[in-house]
Amino acid sequence: MTINEIQDEIVEEFSLFEDWADKYEYIIDVGKKLPPLPAQYKTEENIIKGCQSQVWLHASLNSEGKVIFEGDSDAIIVRGLIGLLIRVLSNQKPEDIAKANIYFIDKVGMSGHLAQTRSNGLASMVKQMKLYGLAYQVKQEVK
Amino acid sequence: METLTPVFDVAAIRQDFPILNQTIHGKPLVYFDNAATSQKPLPVIQALNEYYRSYNANIHRGIHTLAEKATAQYEATRETVRQFINAAYREEIIFTRGSTEAINLVAATFGRQNVQAGDEVIISTMEHHSNIVPWQMLCEEKGATLKVIPITDEGEIILEEYEKLLSERTKVVALVYVSNSLGTINPVKEVIDLAHKYGAKVLLDGAQATVHLDIDVQALDCDFYVLSSHKMYGPTGVGALYGKRELLEAMPPYQGGGEMIKEVSFEKTTYNELPYKFEAGTPNIADTVAFKAAIDYINKIGKSVIAEYEHELLAYGTEALSQIEGLRIIGQAREKISVISFVIKGIHHQDVGIILDTQGIAVRTGHHCTQPMMHRFGIPGTSRASFAMYNTKEEIDRLVQGLHKVKKMFA
Ligand SMILES: Cc1ncc(COP(=O)(O)O)c(C=O)c1O
Repeated sequence: MTINEIQDEIVEEFSLFEDWADKYEYIIDVGKKLPPLPAQYKTEENIIKGCQSQVWLHASLNSEGKVIFEGDSDAIIVRGLIGLLIRVLSNQKPEDIAKANIYFIDKVGMSGHLAQTRSNGLASMVKQMKLYGLAYQVKQEVK
Repeated sequence: METLTPVFDVAAIRQDFPILNQTIHGKPLVYFDNAATSQKPLPVIQALNEYYRSYNANIHRGIHTLAEKATAQYEATRETVRQFINAAYREEIIFTRGSTEAINLVAATFGRQNVQAGDEVIISTMEHHSNIVPWQMLCEEKGATLKVIPITDEGEIILEEYEKLLSERTKVVALVYVSNSLGTINPVKEVIDLAHKYGAKVLLDGAQATVHLDIDVQALDCDFYVLSSHKMYGPTGVGALYGKRELLEAMPPYQGGGEMIKEVSFEKTTYNELPYKFEAGTPNIADTVAFKAAIDYINKIGKSVIAEYEHELLAYGTEALSQIEGLRIIGQAREKISVISFVIKGIHHQDVGIILDTQGIAVRTGHHCTQPMMHRFGIPGTSRASFAMYNTKEEIDRLVQGLHKVKKMFA
């Protein structure tokens, strides 16, 4: 699926929820299910500076030339958000990630509510993922 | 016999705070973030409004009517602050942007003048960053040393350890009167008296204390005292520094500009007298004027009545929260103001804060600008509920319900 197809799918899923409690239940569930990041990747350089919780993001390129993201946080809701972003942006081509327009956060109504971005680092996460995309894209072009 | 105790009518008080009357995510707002900033009663909002509607003018130099009225109101606040903390002279009250600026002022003037290489400055483990960083900067610049009073697991400073830190090298002791993240009321009188034995000067950070306790800077004999209006039901952007007159007189000015001068030529400038020497430029006139309305409001209701009520809330909240399994209160000092900081086993404070917010409950989560202290307790942060005069036991019940919901969601 393309990045936008996945985003639309998430927007559709969220449209089923009546209120914020349900949306959070869902995000928390994603957070609980996200596999923990292996300890060797929980390094200082993989930390994304959010204000309240620690967030780690690790990227690698697989044999098909797609970027694989893994991430973790010590707070569950943020883990859930990482899980959603990974679902959207992981296993995609570097150039697609670099130019992606992330709109699902707005569309599910999270931006007003959840993404007091400075406190949960959501914006920094998106930015960092796109930067990885760009970095791998440049690397491939150089080769 | 008739009792003379004034009645404390929280329902009537809540009417004075229009902001409280709203719903957040469909639920009535419960505002428990008062240690960060308190809400403002109508008289404060009206004072701001009236200032801009009827007598906005630049103060002190004007001779027209509006300027005189603005000046009179501005100076009236100074007198009100003086009385509120029982300073001896009005010129001992310097207006600043808040506690942070007041501490920086002292570090940059008194500190630079009196702290030299090899000297020592003492603070405590529970300081707000505002009362750490300015002293750290000073010590770095001067080659002086910053010493830190340790605290117990309950969140009280250890006086015996403090005594060991004191010496002839100690020039400044800067201590928080009431901790914003623990609620601890520190034994400041003892701390001050001990410091004075060694000739050290003492700055009290009264950012939290001023609204909750009776403050008497003369009885305390502190050398400097700082406060913030916005934590006292007043506007943001204004606060005050109290300093003993002879100290303020000997200190060099902080910032240069208009208002703080007597005469300026390109060869030499002579400085204005106290308090204007430290008030360069056009100050925050509107908020300073409205600050008086906040203090008047507190005085009208009665500080001791408020303190008694807040204490009741603290006792009720402490009892209620202690019943929640896995919840640990951080800060169990014997003397506390109405602040309850807590952690819940296995749940990150950010998750606690987000879910409480969905229920209309505002608490603060994080390190509360006291990172070294969080380090001392080995935690990244806490959730903090801090109560003001307009909070109620029913609201605390809502917090308890909210926390049960949090526990269920993250189980
Ligand atoms: C204990 C303490 N000191 C200093 C400050 C800084 O006050 P302000 O931000 O008003 O300058 C605060 C505010 O949070 C505080 O709680």
